[in-house]
Amino acid sequence: MAEQAAVIGIGQTRYSSKRGDVSIAGLVREAAQAALTDAELTWADIDAVVLGKAPDMFEGVIMPECYLVDALGGHGKPMLRVHTAGSVGGSTAVVAASHVQSGTFQRVLAVTFEKQSESNAMWALSNPQPFSVHLNAGAGGYFAPIIREYIRRSGAPADVGIKVAVKDRRQGARNPLSHLQLPDITEEEVAQSMMLWDPIRFLEACPSSDGACAMVIASEALSKVAPRKPAWIRGAAMRSEPTMYAGRDEVDPRAGRDCAADVYAQAGVTDPRRDLDCAEVYVPFSWYEPMWLENLGFADTGQGWKLTLEGATALDGGDIPWNCSGGVLSSNPIGASGMIRFAEAARQVRGDAGDHQVEGARLALGHAYGGGAQFFAMWIVGTEK
Amino acid sequence: MADDIISEMAAPIYLPYRFTAGRAPARFLAQVRRGVLTGQRCPRCEKVYVPPRGSCAACGVATEEEVVLPDKATVESFTIVYLPIPNNPIEPPYIVANLVLDGAHISFIHLLSECDNQTVRIGQRVQAVWKDPEDWDYALDNIRYFRPIDEGDVPVAHIGHLDVDGNWEGDT
Repeated sequence: MAEQAAVIGIGQTRYSSKRGDVSIAGLVREAAQAALTDAELTWADIDAVVLGKAPDMFEGVIMPECYLVDALGGHGKPMLRVHTAGSVGGSTAVVAASHVQSGTFQRVLAVTFEKQSESNAMWALSNPQPFSVHLNAGAGGYFAPIIREYIRRSGAPADVGIKVAVKDRRQGARNPLSHLQLPDITEEEVAQSMMLWDPIRFLEACPSSDGACAMVIASEALSKVAPRKPAWIRGAAMRSEPTMYAGRDEVDPRAGRDCAADVYAQAGVTDPRRDLDCAEVYVPFSWYEPMWLENLGFADTGQGWKLTLEGATALDGGDIPWNCSGGVLSSNPIGASGMIRFAEAARQVRGDAGDHQVEGARLALGHAYGGGAQFFAMWIVGTEK
Repeated sequence: MADDIISEMAAPIYLPYRFTAGRAPARFLAQVRRGVLTGQRCPRCEKVYVPPRGSCAACGVATEEEVVLPDKATVESFTIVYLPIPNNPIEPPYIVANLVLDGAHISFIHLLSECDNQTVRIGQRVQAVWKDPEDWDYALDNIRYFRPIDEGDVPVAHIGHLDVDGNWEGDT
Protein backbone atom coordinates (compact mmCIF):
# COMPACT_ATOMS: atom_id res chain seq x y z
CA MET A 1 0.00 0.00 0.00
CA ALA A 2 1.42 3.28 -1.09
CA GLU A 3 -0.10 5.80 1.31
CA GLN A 4 -0.45 5.89 5.09
CA ALA A 5 -3.95 6.27 6.48
CA ALA A 6 -5.39 6.82 9.93
CA VAL A 7 -8.68 6.97 11.81
CA ILE A 8 -9.33 10.62 12.64
CA GLY A 9 -12.97 10.43 13.71
CA ILE A 10 -15.08 7.83 15.51
CA GLY A 11 -18.83 7.94 16.10
CA GLN A 12 -21.02 5.36 17.80
CA THR A 13 -24.63 5.36 18.83
CA ARG A 14 -25.51 3.87 22.17
CA TYR A 15 -26.54 0.25 21.70
CA SER A 16 -29.94 -1.00 22.86
CA SER A 17 -32.54 -3.60 22.04
CA LYS A 18 -34.74 -1.01 20.37
CA ARG A 19 -34.09 2.50 19.12
CA GLY A 20 -37.73 3.37 18.52
CA ASP A 21 -36.90 7.08 18.42
CA VAL A 22 -35.05 6.92 15.07
CA SER A 23 -35.48 5.34 11.64
CA ILE A 24 -32.63 3.42 10.00
CA ALA A 25 -31.64 6.67 8.29
CA GLY A 26 -31.73 8.52 11.60
CA LEU A 27 -29.63 5.81 13.24
CA VAL A 28 -26.82 5.86 10.65
CA ARG A 29 -26.83 9.66 10.51
CA GLU A 30 -26.40 9.84 14.29
CA ALA A 31 -23.23 7.73 14.13
CA ALA A 32 -21.90 9.51 11.03
CA GLN A 33 -22.53 12.95 12.52
CA ALA A 34 -20.78 11.87 15.72
CA ALA A 35 -17.73 10.75 13.71
CA LEU A 36 -17.63 14.07 11.83
CA THR A 37 -17.98 16.01 15.08
CA ASP A 38 -15.18 13.94 16.61
CA ALA A 39 -12.97 14.84 13.62
CA GLU A 40 -14.18 18.48 13.63
CA LEU A 41 -15.29 18.10 10.01
CA THR A 42 -18.46 18.72 8.04
CA TRP A 43 -20.24 16.64 5.41
CA ALA A 44 -18.51 18.68 2.69
CA ASP A 45 -15.09 17.43 3.85
CA ILE A 46 -15.91 13.82 2.91
CA ASP A 47 -14.81 12.51 -0.52
CA ALA A 48 -16.61 9.16 -0.52
CA VAL A 49 -18.88 7.01 1.63
CA VAL A 50 -18.58 3.26 2.25
CA LEU A 51 -21.56 1.53 3.86
CA GLY A 52 -21.80 -1.94 5.36
CA LYS A 53 -24.57 -3.95 6.95
CA ALA A 54 -25.54 -7.60 7.36
CA PRO A 55 -27.76 -9.24 4.70
CA ASP A 56 -30.68 -7.13 3.42
CA MET A 57 -33.11 -9.90 4.41
CA PHE A 58 -32.69 -8.89 8.04
CA GLU A 59 -34.69 -5.64 7.90
CA GLY A 60 -36.21 -6.44 4.52
CA VAL A 61 -34.86 -3.19 3.05
CA ILE A 62 -33.13 -4.19 -0.15
CA MET A 63 -30.02 -2.19 -1.14
CA PRO A 64 -30.45 0.26 1.76
CA GLU A 65 -27.34 2.14 0.60
CA CYS A 66 -29.54 3.75 -2.08
CA TYR A 67 -32.10 4.90 0.47
CA LEU A 68 -29.35 6.14 2.82
CA VAL A 69 -27.42 8.31 0.35
CA ASP A 70 -28.99 11.54 1.58
CA ALA A 71 -28.82 10.64 5.26
CA LEU A 72 -25.06 10.09 4.84
CA GLY A 73 -24.32 13.18 2.78
CA GLY A 74 -23.53 10.94 -0.17
CA HIS A 75 -25.33 12.91 -2.84
CA GLY A 76 -22.99 13.47 -5.80
CA LYS A 77 -20.21 11.45 -4.17
CA PRO A 78 -18.93 7.95 -4.78
CA MET A 79 -20.78 5.54 -2.48
CA LEU A 80 -19.97 1.88 -2.10
CA ARG A 81 -21.73 -0.98 -0.32
CA VAL A 82 -19.83 -3.87 1.28
CA HIS A 83 -21.33 -7.36 1.84
CA THR A 84 -19.53 -9.92 4.00
CA ALA A 85 -22.29 -11.08 6.39
CA GLY A 86 -21.41 -10.61 10.08
CA SER A 87 -17.83 -9.57 9.35
CA VAL A 88 -19.08 -6.66 7.24
CA GLY A 89 -18.30 -4.01 9.84
CA GLY A 90 -14.63 -4.96 9.69
CA SER A 91 -14.59 -5.37 5.92
CA THR A 92 -16.20 -1.95 5.49
CA ALA A 93 -13.38 -0.36 7.48
CA VAL A 94 -10.77 -2.24 5.43
CA VAL A 95 -12.40 -1.19 2.15
CA ALA A 96 -12.64 2.43 3.29
CA ALA A 97 -8.99 2.37 4.36
CA SER A 98 -7.92 0.90 1.02
CA HIS A 99 -9.54 3.81 -0.83
CA VAL A 100 -7.32 6.19 1.14
CA GLN A 101 -4.20 4.01 1.06
CA SER A 102 -4.52 3.79 -2.74
CA GLY A 103 -4.47 7.57 -2.96
CA THR A 104 -7.93 7.66 -4.57
CA PHE A 105 -9.55 9.71 -1.80
CA GLN A 106 -8.31 11.92 1.04
CA ARG A 107 -11.13 11.40 3.52
CA VAL A 108 -13.60 8.51 3.48
CA LEU A 109 -16.61 8.09 5.74
CA ALA A 110 -17.22 4.44 6.71
CA VAL A 111 -20.60 3.61 8.25
CA THR A 112 -22.22 0.38 9.43
CA PHE A 113 -25.48 -0.42 11.15
CA GLU A 114 -28.13 -2.92 12.13
CA LYS A 115 -31.62 -2.28 13.42
CA GLN A 116 -32.45 -5.69 14.81
CA SER A 117 -35.68 -4.41 16.39
CA GLU A 118 -37.04 -3.94 12.85
CA SER A 119 -35.56 -7.23 11.75
CA ASN A 120 -35.88 -10.94 12.28
CA ALA A 121 -32.38 -12.31 11.94
CA MET A 122 -33.39 -15.83 12.97
CA TRP A 123 -35.96 -15.95 10.17
CA ALA A 124 -33.64 -14.31 7.66
CA LEU A 125 -31.01 -16.95 8.34
CA SER A 126 -33.47 -19.84 8.08
CA ASN A 127 -34.88 -19.64 4.54
CA PRO A 128 -35.57 -23.14 3.28
CA GLN A 129 -33.79 -24.82 0.36
CA PRO A 130 -34.89 -28.23 -0.92
CA PHE A 131 -31.46 -29.88 -0.87
CA SER A 132 -31.08 -29.35 2.86
CA VAL A 133 -33.57 -29.83 5.66
CA HIS A 134 -35.05 -26.74 7.26
CA LEU A 135 -33.47 -26.99 10.68
CA ASN A 136 -31.36 -23.85 10.93
CA ALA A 137 -32.26 -22.37 14.29
CA GLY A 138 -30.27 -19.17 13.74
CA ALA A 139 -26.53 -18.59 14.06
CA GLY A 140 -26.29 -20.36 17.43
CA GLY A 141 -27.58 -23.59 15.95
CA TYR A 142 -24.91 -23.37 13.26
CA PHE A 143 -21.99 -22.65 15.58
CA ALA A 144 -22.92 -24.94 18.51
CA PRO A 145 -21.66 -28.19 16.88
CA ILE A 146 -18.39 -26.42 15.98
CA ILE A 147 -17.97 -25.35 19.60
CA ARG A 148 -18.72 -28.92 20.73
CA GLU A 149 -15.95 -30.17 18.46
CA TYR A 150 -13.55 -27.54 19.87
CA ILE A 151 -14.31 -28.69 23.42
CA ARG A 152 -13.72 -32.32 22.42
CA ARG A 153 -10.40 -31.59 20.70
CA SER A 154 -8.97 -29.26 23.32
CA GLY A 155 -10.28 -31.04 26.40
CA ALA A 156 -11.24 -27.62 27.79
CA PRO A 157 -13.15 -27.60 31.10
CA ALA A 158 -16.89 -26.95 30.74
CA ASP A 159 -16.79 -23.57 32.49
CA VAL A 160 -14.48 -21.73 30.09
CA GLY A 161 -17.43 -20.32 28.14
CA ILE A 162 -19.08 -19.20 31.36
CA LYS A 163 -15.95 -17.30 32.41
CA VAL A 164 -15.80 -15.45 29.06
CA ALA A 165 -19.50 -14.54 29.34
CA VAL A 166 -18.92 -13.00 32.78
CA LYS A 167 -15.69 -11.20 31.84
CA ASP A 168 -17.09 -9.55 28.72
CA ARG A 169 -20.31 -8.40 30.47
CA ARG A 170 -18.40 -6.95 33.43
CA GLN A 171 -16.11 -5.11 31.01
CA GLY A 172 -19.14 -3.99 29.01
CA ALA A 173 -20.56 -2.44 32.16
CA ARG A 174 -17.59 -0.04 32.06
CA ASN A 175 -18.61 1.11 28.57
CA PRO A 176 -21.60 3.49 28.71
CA LEU A 177 -22.51 2.70 25.07
CA SER A 178 -22.85 -1.02 25.78
CA HIS A 179 -26.29 -2.57 25.33
CA LEU A 180 -26.04 -5.00 28.24
CA GLN A 181 -25.15 -3.36 31.53
CA LEU A 182 -24.50 -6.30 33.88
CA PRO A 183 -21.80 -5.17 36.34
CA ASP A 184 -22.77 -7.80 38.92
CA ILE A 185 -23.25 -10.83 36.66
CA THR A 186 -21.99 -14.07 38.22
CA GLU A 187 -20.78 -17.40 36.87
CA GLU A 188 -23.68 -19.07 38.65
CA GLU A 189 -26.20 -16.89 36.80
CA VAL A 190 -24.62 -17.77 33.46
CA ALA A 191 -24.49 -21.47 34.34
CA GLN A 192 -28.17 -21.45 35.31
CA SER A 193 -29.38 -19.48 32.29
CA MET A 194 -31.43 -21.44 29.77
CA MET A 195 -29.60 -23.76 27.43
CA LEU A 196 -30.42 -22.59 23.88
CA TRP A 197 -28.20 -24.61 21.58
CA ASP A 198 -26.25 -27.07 23.73
CA PRO A 199 -23.47 -26.21 24.71
CA ILE A 200 -24.48 -22.53 24.27
CA ARG A 201 -26.54 -21.04 27.11
CA PHE A 202 -28.62 -17.86 26.87
CA LEU A 203 -26.04 -15.77 28.76
CA GLU A 204 -23.23 -17.20 26.61
CA ALA A 205 -24.83 -15.71 23.48
CA CYS A 206 -24.81 -12.16 22.15
CA PRO A 207 -27.86 -9.91 22.47
CA SER A 208 -29.87 -8.45 19.56
CA SER A 209 -29.11 -4.76 19.30
CA ASP A 210 -29.91 -1.63 17.36
CA GLY A 211 -26.98 0.62 16.63
CA ALA A 212 -24.55 2.17 14.19
CA CYS A 213 -20.84 2.90 14.10
CA ALA A 214 -18.93 5.26 11.83
CA MET A 215 -15.35 6.30 11.24
CA VAL A 216 -13.55 8.95 9.21
CA ILE A 217 -10.38 7.57 7.64
CA ALA A 218 -7.94 10.12 6.23
CA SER A 219 -4.68 10.37 4.33
CA GLU A 220 -1.35 10.95 6.09
CA ALA A 221 -1.29 14.68 5.35
CA LEU A 222 -4.81 15.26 6.64
CA SER A 223 -4.35 12.93 9.61
CA LYS A 224 -1.34 14.95 10.76
CA VAL A 225 -3.45 18.11 10.99
CA ALA A 226 -6.48 16.38 12.55
CA PRO A 227 -7.55 17.71 15.96
CA ARG A 228 -7.32 14.35 17.70
CA LYS A 229 -4.44 11.93 17.90
CA PRO A 230 -4.71 9.72 14.79
CA ALA A 231 -4.99 5.94 15.12
CA TRP A 232 -2.57 4.88 12.37
CA ILE A 233 -3.58 1.85 10.34
CA ARG A 234 -0.51 -0.39 10.54
CA GLY A 235 -2.04 -3.31 8.70
CA ALA A 236 -5.37 -4.34 7.19
CA ALA A 237 -6.37 -7.65 5.64
CA MET A 238 -9.32 -9.74 4.53
CA ARG A 239 -9.60 -13.43 3.67
CA SER A 240 -12.46 -15.75 2.87
CA GLU A 241 -12.97 -19.45 2.24
CA PRO A 242 -15.91 -21.55 1.03
CA THR A 243 -18.31 -22.69 3.76
CA MET A 244 -18.67 -26.14 2.25
CA TYR A 245 -15.60 -28.00 1.13
CA ALA A 246 -14.46 -31.49 2.04
CA GLY A 247 -11.81 -31.43 4.74
CA ARG A 248 -12.58 -27.89 5.92
CA ASP A 249 -11.51 -27.21 9.51
CA GLU A 250 -14.47 -25.27 10.86
CA VAL A 251 -12.96 -25.02 14.35
CA ASP A 252 -9.73 -23.39 13.16
CA PRO A 253 -10.47 -21.92 9.71
CA ARG A 254 -7.56 -21.50 7.33
CA ALA A 255 -8.86 -18.09 6.18
CA GLY A 256 -8.62 -16.75 9.73
CA ARG A 257 -5.04 -17.96 10.13
CA ASP A 258 -4.01 -16.55 6.75
CA CYS A 259 -5.68 -13.21 7.45
CA ALA A 260 -3.92 -12.93 10.82
CA ALA A 261 -0.54 -13.82 9.28
CA ASP A 262 -1.03 -11.10 6.66
CA VAL A 263 -2.03 -8.35 9.09
CA TYR A 264 0.74 -9.28 11.56
CA ALA A 265 3.37 -9.18 8.79
CA GLN A 266 2.20 -5.71 7.72
CA ALA A 267 2.36 -4.42 11.29
CA GLY A 268 5.62 -6.17 12.20
CA VAL A 269 3.93 -8.35 14.82
CA THR A 270 5.71 -11.67 15.40
CA ASP A 271 4.12 -12.67 18.73
CA PRO A 272 0.62 -11.18 19.03
CA ARG A 273 0.28 -11.83 22.77
CA ARG A 274 3.55 -10.00 23.44
CA ASP A 275 3.50 -7.35 20.72
CA LEU A 276 -0.12 -6.18 20.97
CA ASP A 277 -1.48 -4.29 23.96
CA CYS A 278 -5.11 -5.36 23.54
CA ALA A 279 -7.54 -6.81 21.03
CA GLU A 280 -11.19 -6.39 20.10
CA VAL A 281 -12.20 -9.74 18.66
CA TYR A 282 -15.57 -10.86 17.30
CA VAL A 283 -16.84 -13.24 20.01
CA PRO A 284 -20.64 -13.63 19.60
CA PHE A 285 -20.72 -16.89 21.56
CA SER A 286 -18.47 -17.17 24.61
CA TRP A 287 -16.49 -20.20 23.45
CA TYR A 288 -15.21 -18.25 20.46
CA GLU A 289 -12.71 -16.47 22.72
CA PRO A 290 -10.54 -19.57 23.28
CA MET A 291 -11.14 -20.69 19.69
CA TRP A 292 -9.96 -17.38 18.22
CA LEU A 293 -7.08 -17.13 20.73
CA GLU A 294 -5.72 -20.18 18.90
CA ASN A 295 -6.77 -19.24 15.36
CA LEU A 296 -5.15 -15.80 15.77
CA GLY A 297 -1.93 -17.20 17.23
CA PHE A 298 -2.25 -15.84 20.78
CA ALA A 299 -2.02 -19.45 21.99
CA ASP A 300 -0.95 -22.80 20.55
CA THR A 301 -3.62 -25.10 19.18
CA GLY A 302 -5.65 -26.59 22.04
CA GLN A 303 -4.24 -24.13 24.59
CA GLY A 304 -6.45 -21.03 24.13
CA TRP A 305 -8.77 -21.86 27.03
CA LYS A 306 -5.83 -21.74 29.44
CA LEU A 307 -5.31 -18.04 28.72
CA THR A 308 -8.96 -17.39 29.47
CA LEU A 309 -8.83 -19.36 32.74
CA GLU A 310 -5.57 -17.65 33.80
CA GLY A 311 -7.23 -14.27 33.36
CA ALA A 312 -4.76 -13.25 30.62
CA THR A 313 -7.57 -11.77 28.52
CA ALA A 314 -9.15 -9.70 31.33
CA LEU A 315 -8.97 -5.91 31.37
CA ASP A 316 -8.09 -6.06 35.07
CA GLY A 317 -4.81 -7.90 35.54
CA GLY A 318 -4.54 -9.56 32.14
CA ASP A 319 -1.46 -9.18 29.95
CA ILE A 320 -3.47 -9.20 26.71
CA PRO A 321 -6.99 -7.85 27.40
CA TRP A 322 -9.65 -8.93 24.92
CA ASN A 323 -12.89 -7.02 24.35
CA CYS A 324 -12.44 -4.30 26.95
CA SER A 325 -15.53 -2.62 25.46
CA GLY A 326 -17.67 -5.64 26.33
CA GLY A 327 -17.44 -7.05 22.84
CA VAL A 328 -20.18 -8.62 20.74
CA LEU A 329 -21.41 -10.45 23.87
CA SER A 330 -22.45 -7.04 25.26
CA SER A 331 -23.71 -5.29 22.09
CA ASN A 332 -24.60 -6.84 18.75
CA PRO A 333 -25.99 -4.59 16.03
CA ILE A 334 -24.77 -7.26 13.59
CA GLY A 335 -23.70 -5.16 10.60
CA ALA A 336 -21.93 -2.68 12.90
CA SER A 337 -20.45 -5.25 15.30
CA GLY A 338 -17.27 -5.76 13.28
CA MET A 339 -16.68 -2.03 12.88
CA ILE A 340 -17.20 -1.50 16.61
CA ARG A 341 -14.27 -3.88 17.16
CA PHE A 342 -12.12 -1.85 14.74
CA ALA A 343 -13.26 1.47 16.22
CA GLU A 344 -12.70 0.32 19.80
CA ALA A 345 -9.16 -0.79 18.86
CA ALA A 346 -8.63 2.74 17.51
CA ARG A 347 -10.05 4.29 20.70
CA GLN A 348 -7.56 2.28 22.75
CA VAL A 349 -4.54 3.62 20.88
CA ARG A 350 -5.98 7.14 20.93
CA GLY A 351 -6.20 6.71 24.71
CA ASP A 352 -9.83 7.80 24.87
CA ALA A 353 -11.59 4.56 25.81
CA GLY A 354 -12.71 5.96 29.17
CA ASP A 355 -13.30 3.43 31.95
CA HIS A 356 -12.35 0.51 29.70
CA GLN A 357 -9.02 2.00 28.57
CA VAL A 358 -5.94 -0.23 28.64
CA GLU A 359 -3.34 2.03 30.13
CA GLY A 360 -0.67 3.04 27.65
CA ALA A 361 -2.07 0.99 24.75
CA ARG A 362 0.06 1.57 21.66
CA LEU A 363 -0.87 -1.26 19.31
CA ALA A 364 -4.30 -2.92 19.07
CA LEU A 365 -6.03 -5.54 16.92
CA GLY A 366 -9.56 -5.24 15.55
CA HIS A 367 -11.10 -8.49 14.23
CA ALA A 368 -14.36 -9.57 12.65
CA TYR A 369 -15.69 -12.83 11.25
CA GLY A 370 -18.90 -13.66 9.49
CA GLY A 371 -21.10 -16.12 7.63
CA GLY A 372 -20.26 -19.72 8.49
CA ALA A 373 -16.92 -18.43 9.86
CA GLN A 374 -15.72 -18.04 6.28
CA PHE A 375 -15.23 -14.25 6.08
CA PHE A 376 -12.44 -12.60 8.06
CA ALA A 377 -11.38 -8.95 8.35
CA MET A 378 -8.67 -7.57 10.61
CA TRP A 379 -6.69 -4.45 11.19
CA ILE A 380 -3.96 -3.31 13.53
CA VAL A 381 -3.90 0.30 14.63
CA GLY A 382 -1.13 2.08 16.48
CA THR A 383 -0.06 5.33 18.06
CA GLU A 384 2.85 5.47 15.59
CA LYS A 385 2.77 5.28 11.79
CA MET B 1 -54.19 10.38 24.75
CA ALA B 2 -50.72 8.92 24.41
CA ASP B 3 -52.26 5.46 24.37
CA ASP B 4 -53.90 6.24 21.05
CA ILE B 5 -50.66 6.96 19.23
CA ILE B 6 -49.78 4.14 16.86
CA SER B 7 -46.00 3.97 16.79
CA GLU B 8 -45.61 0.71 14.94
CA MET B 9 -47.56 -2.00 13.19
CA ALA B 10 -46.73 -5.42 11.85
CA ALA B 11 -47.09 -5.60 8.07
CA PRO B 12 -46.05 -9.07 6.85
CA ILE B 13 -44.73 -9.21 3.30
CA TYR B 14 -44.63 -12.45 1.33
CA LEU B 15 -42.03 -13.10 -1.32
CA PRO B 16 -42.81 -16.42 -3.04
CA TYR B 17 -40.02 -17.41 -5.36
CA ARG B 18 -39.26 -20.12 -7.85
CA PHE B 19 -36.19 -22.05 -6.79
CA THR B 20 -33.83 -23.03 -9.57
CA ALA B 21 -31.70 -25.79 -8.15
CA GLY B 22 -29.01 -25.90 -10.83
CA ARG B 23 -27.81 -29.00 -12.66
CA ALA B 24 -26.10 -30.96 -9.88
CA PRO B 25 -28.65 -30.29 -7.11
CA ALA B 26 -31.50 -30.98 -9.61
CA ARG B 27 -29.94 -34.36 -10.38
CA PHE B 28 -29.53 -35.01 -6.64
CA LEU B 29 -33.16 -34.07 -5.94
CA ALA B 30 -34.44 -36.26 -8.79
CA GLN B 31 -32.64 -39.21 -7.19
CA VAL B 32 -33.88 -38.32 -3.69
CA ARG B 33 -37.39 -38.33 -5.19
CA ARG B 34 -36.75 -42.08 -5.80
CA GLY B 35 -35.28 -42.63 -2.34
CA VAL B 36 -31.66 -42.72 -3.52
CA LEU B 37 -28.84 -40.57 -2.11
CA THR B 38 -26.27 -39.56 -4.73
CA GLY B 39 -23.01 -37.71 -4.26
CA GLN B 40 -20.49 -36.42 -6.77
CA ARG B 41 -16.78 -37.14 -6.70
CA CYS B 42 -14.15 -34.47 -7.34
CA PRO B 43 -11.92 -35.58 -10.24
CA ARG B 44 -8.89 -34.00 -8.56
CA CYS B 45 -9.00 -34.70 -4.80
CA GLU B 46 -11.50 -37.60 -5.13
CA LYS B 47 -13.61 -36.33 -2.25
CA VAL B 48 -17.33 -37.10 -2.50
CA TYR B 49 -19.79 -34.26 -1.98
CA VAL B 50 -23.38 -34.78 -0.89
CA PRO B 51 -25.59 -32.94 -1.56
CA PRO B 52 -23.52 -32.08 -4.63
CA ARG B 53 -23.35 -28.48 -5.79
CA GLY B 54 -21.62 -29.25 -9.09
CA SER B 55 -18.10 -28.37 -8.05
CA CYS B 56 -15.43 -29.04 -5.48
CA ALA B 57 -14.95 -25.80 -3.59
CA ALA B 58 -11.46 -26.84 -2.46
CA CYS B 59 -10.09 -27.65 -5.94
CA GLY B 60 -12.26 -25.27 -7.93
CA VAL B 61 -13.20 -27.91 -10.50
CA ALA B 62 -16.52 -29.29 -11.74
CA THR B 63 -17.72 -32.60 -10.31
CA GLU B 64 -19.30 -35.02 -12.80
CA GLU B 65 -18.94 -38.61 -11.56
CA GLU B 66 -21.95 -39.71 -9.54
CA VAL B 67 -21.66 -42.02 -6.56
CA VAL B 68 -24.67 -43.77 -5.05
CA LEU B 69 -24.38 -43.65 -1.28
CA PRO B 70 -26.05 -45.69 1.47
CA ASP B 71 -28.32 -44.04 4.01
CA LYS B 72 -26.01 -44.84 6.94
CA ALA B 73 -23.95 -42.06 8.47
CA THR B 74 -21.67 -41.08 11.35
CA VAL B 75 -22.26 -38.20 13.78
CA GLU B 76 -19.49 -35.64 13.18
CA SER B 77 -20.91 -33.19 15.75
CA PHE B 78 -24.32 -32.07 17.00
CA THR B 79 -26.29 -29.63 19.08
CA ILE B 80 -29.36 -30.07 21.25
CA VAL B 81 -31.69 -27.20 20.38
CA TYR B 82 -34.13 -25.81 22.95
CA LEU B 83 -35.75 -23.23 20.64
CA PRO B 84 -38.54 -23.74 18.12
CA ILE B 85 -37.73 -23.33 14.43
CA PRO B 86 -39.87 -20.74 12.62
CA ASN B 87 -42.64 -22.51 10.65
CA ASN B 88 -41.52 -25.95 11.79
CA PRO B 89 -43.77 -28.09 14.04
CA ILE B 90 -40.87 -29.90 15.71
CA GLU B 91 -40.96 -29.70 19.50
CA PRO B 92 -37.82 -28.69 21.41
CA PRO B 93 -35.53 -30.06 22.66
CA TYR B 94 -34.42 -31.83 19.51
CA ILE B 95 -31.03 -32.84 18.14
CA VAL B 96 -29.57 -31.37 14.99
CA ALA B 97 -26.55 -33.39 13.94
CA ASN B 98 -23.79 -32.85 11.40
CA LEU B 99 -23.77 -36.22 9.64
CA VAL B 100 -21.33 -37.72 7.14
CA LEU B 101 -22.79 -40.45 4.94
CA ASP B 102 -20.65 -43.54 4.42
CA GLY B 103 -18.54 -42.92 1.33
CA ALA B 104 -18.93 -39.12 1.56
CA HIS B 105 -16.36 -36.58 2.77
CA ILE B 106 -18.52 -33.68 3.88
CA SER B 107 -21.30 -33.42 6.44
CA PHE B 108 -24.83 -32.09 6.18
CA ILE B 109 -27.29 -31.41 8.95
CA HIS B 110 -30.32 -33.49 9.78
CA LEU B 111 -32.50 -34.36 12.71
CA LEU B 112 -31.48 -37.17 15.06
CA SER B 113 -34.35 -38.94 16.82
CA GLU B 114 -35.38 -42.19 18.57
CA CYS B 115 -32.45 -41.64 20.90
CA ASP B 116 -31.60 -40.50 24.41
CA ASN B 117 -30.44 -36.88 24.10
CA GLN B 118 -27.92 -37.42 26.89
CA THR B 119 -26.12 -40.31 25.17
CA VAL B 120 -25.77 -38.86 21.68
CA ARG B 121 -22.09 -38.57 20.87
CA ILE B 122 -19.53 -37.73 18.21
CA GLY B 123 -18.71 -40.91 16.25
CA GLN B 124 -22.12 -42.51 16.80
CA ARG B 125 -23.53 -44.61 13.92
CA VAL B 126 -26.97 -43.68 12.56
CA GLN B 127 -29.31 -44.54 9.69
CA ALA B 128 -32.06 -42.67 7.83
CA VAL B 129 -35.74 -43.18 8.64
CA TRP B 130 -37.63 -42.40 5.44
CA LYS B 131 -41.15 -41.11 4.94
CA ASP B 132 -43.63 -43.41 3.18
CA PRO B 133 -42.65 -43.59 -0.53
CA GLU B 134 -45.96 -42.06 -1.62
CA ASP B 135 -44.95 -38.89 0.26
CA TRP B 136 -41.56 -38.58 -1.41
CA ASP B 137 -40.86 -35.26 -3.10
CA TYR B 138 -37.87 -33.44 -4.56
CA ALA B 139 -36.50 -32.68 -1.08
CA LEU B 140 -34.15 -34.03 1.55
CA ASP B 141 -37.18 -33.92 3.86
CA ASN B 142 -37.98 -37.37 2.39
CA ILE B 143 -35.81 -38.50 5.26
CA ARG B 144 -37.81 -37.83 8.43
CA TYR B 145 -34.77 -38.12 10.65
CA PHE B 146 -31.79 -40.37 11.41
CA ARG B 147 -31.74 -42.83 14.32
CA PRO B 148 -28.91 -44.62 16.12
CA ILE B 149 -28.05 -48.15 14.94
CA ASP B 150 -26.31 -50.96 16.73
CA GLU B 151 -22.80 -50.48 15.34
CA GLY B 152 -19.65 -49.50 17.21
CA ASP B 153 -18.63 -45.83 17.26
CA VAL B 154 -16.23 -44.61 14.59
CA PRO B 155 -12.95 -43.28 16.05
CA VAL B 156 -12.77 -39.50 15.59
CA ALA B 157 -9.78 -39.67 13.23
CA HIS B 158 -11.80 -41.80 10.80
CA ILE B 159 -15.04 -39.77 10.77
CA GLY B 160 -15.59 -38.54 7.22
CA HIS B 161 -13.26 -41.18 5.77
CA LEU B 162 -15.48 -44.28 5.66
CA ASP B 163 -16.03 -46.18 2.42
CA VAL B 164 -19.52 -46.79 1.00
CA ASP B 165 -19.72 -50.05 2.95
CA GLY B 166 -19.09 -48.24 6.23
CA ASN B 167 -15.54 -49.54 6.68
CA TRP B 168 -12.54 -47.51 7.67
CA GLU B 169 -8.84 -48.23 7.51
CA GLY B 170 -7.94 -50.64 10.29
CA ASP B 171 -11.58 -51.60 10.86
CA THR B 172 -12.15 -55.33 11.20
